[in-house]
Amino acid sequence: MYLAKVYVTYKQSILNPEAEAIKDAVVRMGYDDVKDLTLGKYFEVKIDGTNVEHEIDEICDKLLANVNMESYRYEIEELEAAK
Amino acid sequence: MKFAILSFPGSNCEMDLYHAINDVMGETAELVSFKKDSLDDYDAALVPGGFSYGDYLRGGAIARFSPIIKALGEFADTGKPVLGICNGFQILTEAGLLPGVLQKNTSAKFVCKPVELYVNNNDTVFTNQYESGQTITLPVAHGEGNYFCDQETLKDLEANNQIVFKYRDNPNGSVENIAGIINKAGNVLGMMPHPERAVEELLGSADGKGMFESIINSMVSRGIVYE
Amino acid sequence: MNNNEVTPTAIKDDKIYKNMGLSDYEYQLISEKVLGREPNYTEIGLYSGMWSEHCSYKNSKPVLKKFYSNSDRVVQGPGEGAGIIDIGDGKGIVFKAESHNHPSAVEPFQGATTGVGGILRDIFSMGARPIACLDSLRFGEPKTQADSYFISEIVAGISAYGNCIGVPTVGGDIAFDDAYEHNPLVNVMCVGLMDLDKIKVGKAAGVGNSIIYVGAKTGRDGINGASFASAQFDSEHESQRSAVQVGDPFTEKLVMEACLDVINNHADALVGIQDMGAAGLVSSSAEMGSKAGGYGMELDLDLVPQREEGMTAFELMLSESQERMLLCVKAGSEQEVLDVFADYGVEAVVIGHVTEGHNYKLLHHGEVVADVPVDSLAADAPVYHRESEEPERLKSMTSRQYVPQIKNLNETVLEILSQPTIASKHSIYETYDTQVQTNTVVAPGSDAAVLRVRGTNKALAITTDVNGRYLYLNPRIGGQIAVAEAARNVVASGGVPVGITDCLNFGNPEKTDQFYEMDQAAMGMTDACELFDTPVISGNVSLNNEFDDVAIYPTPMVGMVGLIESLDHITTQDFKHDGDLVYVIGDTNVDFNGSEIQKMQTGAINGQLFDFDLHTEYKNQKLVLTAIKNGLIQSAHDVSEGGLIVTLAESTFGNGLGIEAKLDMTGAELFSETQSRFVVSVSPEHKDEFEKLAAGKATLIGKVCDSDQLFIRTNDDVVDMKVSDALATWKGALECKLK
Repeated sequence: MYLAKVYVTYKQSILNPEAEAIKDAVVRMGYDDVKDLTLGKYFEVKIDGTNVEHEIDEICDKLLANVNMESYRYEIEELEAAK
Repeated sequence: MKFAILSFPGSNCEMDLYHAINDVMGETAELVSFKKDSLDDYDAALVPGGFSYGDYLRGGAIARFSPIIKALGEFADTGKPVLGICNGFQILTEAGLLPGVLQKNTSAKFVCKPVELYVNNNDTVFTNQYESGQTITLPVAHGEGNYFCDQETLKDLEANNQIVFKYRDNPNGSVENIAGIINKAGNVLGMMPHPERAVEELLGSADGKGMFESIINSMVSRGIVYE
Repeated sequence: MNNNEVTPTAIKDDKIYKNMGLSDYEYQLISEKVLGREPNYTEIGLYSGMWSEHCSYKNSKPVLKKFYSNSDRVVQGPGEGAGIIDIGDGKGIVFKAESHNHPSAVEPFQGATTGVGGILRDIFSMGARPIACLDSLRFGEPKTQADSYFISEIVAGISAYGNCIGVPTVGGDIAFDDAYEHNPLVNVMCVGLMDLDKIKVGKAAGVGNSIIYVGAKTGRDGINGASFASAQFDSEHESQRSAVQVGDPFTEKLVMEACLDVINNHADALVGIQDMGAAGLVSSSAEMGSKAGGYGMELDLDLVPQREEGMTAFELMLSESQERMLLCVKAGSEQEVLDVFADYGVEAVVIGHVTEGHNYKLLHHGEVVADVPVDSLAADAPVYHRESEEPERLKSMTSRQYVPQIKNLNETVLEILSQPTIASKHSIYETYDTQVQTNTVVAPGSDAAVLRVRGTNKALAITTDVNGRYLYLNPRIGGQIAVAEAARNVVASGGVPVGITDCLNFGNPEKTDQFYEMDQAAMGMTDACELFDTPVISGNVSLNNEFDDVAIYPTPMVGMVGLIESLDHITTQDFKHDGDLVYVIGDTNVDFNGSEIQKMQTGAINGQLFDFDLHTEYKNQKLVLTAIKNGLIQSAHDVSEGGLIVTLAESTFGNGLGIEAKLDMTGAELFSETQSRFVVSVSPEHKDEFEKLAAGKATLIGKVCDSDQLFIRTNDDVVDMKVSDALATWKGALECKLK
C-alpha cells in the first residue's frame, strides 16, 4: 500500500483571485512583510498497485488538476502493511 | 428609528435591505461602510448578504477583520438588535457573535429558491409578529448555508430556545434543519434565508415583512422615538 | 509568442503574421498601404488583434449592415459597448449579448465566468447598472458522464460569477443537439438600467487629457485571445488550448461600483470609458482614440500595472486579463478620479495621454515600440464580401413533412416531455441567484423573465431564443422565426417588443455555403425586426464554430427586451383558476420537419422547413397583447418546441390545476410545431368580450379544472394522464441526466 500526497497549484501566469484577495487581507491586517501567497489543493490518495506513479499521473491529469490552469506534484511513500 | 446596514466590499444585498426598510417599511436605513468604527448613531444593525471579499477562503472570513466588526461587537453588547442575513450570518459566526459555522451545501451547489420555514421561536425581537410554529416562505440563495455546530453547542441552542427558524425541507444539509439562530442574550440573530427579498407580493411573497415589523415593534415598545 | 527578437524582416520572410491570424493580403496592406514599411513584432501583434473578426467584423460587416437598427426608441445603436433604448420616465435600458464559445470549449468553468464578466463590463461602461443576465446555451445531447460534467462546469461558472457580483441570472434558454457536441455555445446577455442624462461613450478626445488604466493587473493570460476566438478548432490542434483567463467577480464588483460612481458623480471629469475586452489594451485604447476623431494617443507601457515580471510590449497590449477598464479623463481632473478608485480599493493609474495628430504611439522601457495611425487599427481593417452559395443539403430536400409514429399517445407525450430540450431546467436555474436586487417578478422557467423597473409602474420582459434546427433547414425562415419566437415570448408575458441584441454563431465565412447561412439568417431576422419594429441595437459575431470541418447549426441567438407598460399587464403561463376557458390562438398545420418529435423519433432532422407567415405571426401577437392590456387574459403561453401538447402541459404545472380539452386535430398534430400560436386562459365572465376581440383567431378548446388531470381528446386519440405524473417526468428528466 502506498500513500500519494498530491499538491495541485495554479500554473504561473494564471491568476488566482482567491489567493490575491487573501494576500491583500493579510497585508491589511498589518503583516505587510508578506510578499506573495499562493493557494492550492492537497490530496492524500491511498493506492495499492504496481504502477503507482503512472496511475497517479493519470488521476491528476484526468481529474485532480485542471491541466489548463493547474499543475501538480506528488510524493509517494510506502505504508507499513498494517493488518 | 434608524437602521444601520453594514456594507463590505463584495456585499450585494445591502441595497435590497435599504429598499425594504426605507421604501417598504417606511423607516430610515443608512449604509455604513466597513471602514467606520462606530455604530453609535443607530438603533439596529443589519449585516447584509452577498459575497464579502468574494467569499474567498470562507464566507465572512476576511470581512470579520474590518474595523466595523469591532464596533458591531460593542453595539451588540449594548443589547441593541443585530440581524445577519446569509453572508451576514456567516460574518457573525466568523466574528464569534454567534456559535457554529456555515459549511458548503451538501449538494456542493449554490441553491436559490423559495423555502418554507417554521418559526420555532416567536418570542424574540425579530419574530414577535409571527405565530409560534407558523410556516412562512422566504427565498434562500447561498452556496455555504449548511449550519454546523458540535453536539454540546446544539444542546445549548435547544435548551435556550435559540433555534429561531427551521427548514421544512432542508435545502443545504444543516444540522437539525437549522435556518436561523439567536444568541443567548436574544439580540443577535443570524439566518440564511432572505427576509428582505420577501417584502412585496409583486415579487412572490411578503412573509419577510414580519421580521422588520417585529424589530420595529420591539423598539417602539422599548421607547425608541420615531423621527 | 513573446519573442521580442523577431525582426520585421523575419516577420515578413517567415510569414510569422500567419500564426497570428493575418493573411498575406492583410500583411501586404499593413506594410505597403498603411505604414509604408515593415511592421515590427509589437505592431504586427496590434494588427492581428484589431483585425481579427472579433474586433473588426471584417467578414460579417456586409451582413450586419443589413440589420434594421433604428426605431423611435433607439438612443444609441450598434457601435458602442452596448445599445440603449428609451423606455420613458427618463430611463434607458442598455443591453447586449456576447458569445464565449471557444474559451468555454477549452475551459468550461472559466470560459463561462469570463463570458459573464465581459458582458457586464460592456453594460456598466455605458453608465448603466446591470440588472439582469440571461444565458443562451447549446450543448450536445448529454450522454456520458463527461458531457454532464462539462455542462455542469459551464453552469457553475455562470452561477459563480453572476451570484457573486450580485446581478440576477433571470433566464435564457438551453437546448441540446449533437450539432453542438464539439462546439458548445455559451452566449451571455446582460441588461442594464440607466438615467438617460448619464450616457457615457467610449471615446478619448481633447489633447492632453489622460488615459487611466483601472482594475486588475495585466498578466500573461489570454494573450491574443481575440484571434484565438476567431480561429477554428480541430482535433489536431489541442495545443491552441492554453489561453485561459480566470474570472474574478469580486474585483469586478469593486470595479463596477467605482466606475458607476465616477460616471454618475464625476461626469465633468470623465471624457470616455471603455472596457478592456477582446484584444485587451490595444482594442480599448485604439477604439477610444479612433472614435474621438482627429486625435492621437501615446501610452507608456512601463506604467501599466503588471502581475508578472518581464512582460513584453506585445504581451501587455494583447493580454486579455479580465476586470480591466480604460478611462479618458480631463487634464487636471486626474486626482479626483484616482481618489474615487482608491476609495473602492481598485488600482488606477495614468498610463498615457491624448496627443495631437493621428498616431498611436507606444513607449516601453523608454523606446518607441509602436507608432501607427490610430484609425488603421480600429477602423481600417479590410472588409470581405464573401461569396455565398446555397448549401447542397438545401437543394435536394423533400417537401414532404415528417409523419410522427404514435402507438401510444400517452407514452409519446411523456417521452417528449423528457427530452432534454423540453424538460424542466430547474436544476440549472436553481443554482443561479435569480432574485438579488429584488426586482424579479417572473423568474426563469416562464416564457420571458420579468423585472419591475423601480420608480415607475413599468416592467421589462426579457428572453433569449433561437432554434438552430429550423435555420439548418431554412436559414432565412429560421432567422425570421428566431425573432418571432422571442417576440412571442415577450408578448405572452405582457410586453411590447422594443429591441433585440444578437450573437451570430456560425461556421466558417470563407466557405460559401456557411456564409450563405449567415447572410440568409440575417435577412430573415431583418424581415422580422422591421415588421415588429424591434431594432438590433447591439450584438456580436462568433464565426468558425466548426470542429473537424463540420459546422454547428446556424444559430443566431436573439436576445429580446419588451416593455411592459403597466405592472397590471404582467402575465404568466400558469393556469390560474378552476373553470377558466382555454383557447388556442392561431391555426395548427401539419408541420413536423425540424421538430422535436422528428428528432426524437428519427434521431435527425430533415426535409424542407414548414411554411411560416410573418404577418399572421404579427397579427396573433397583436391580439394577445391587446387582450392582455384589456385585462381579458389570465394566463398566456407561447407554443414552440414540442408543440401544443407541451404548451398545454406546462400551463398546468405551476399552480397544480388540470385541463379538460377537445381539439379538432389528430393526436400526432399535438406535436406539430406550427408557429404563431399561443395558449391563453380567460375567465368565463370575459368570454364574450375576448371572443369578439379575437374575431375567429382563437379556438375554445376546453377549460381549466381543479383536478390532477391532463385530459385532451383529439379526433383519433386521447391524452389522459395525471398532471402530477406529467410534471414528475418533465421535472426529473434533465436533472437525472445531469447528475
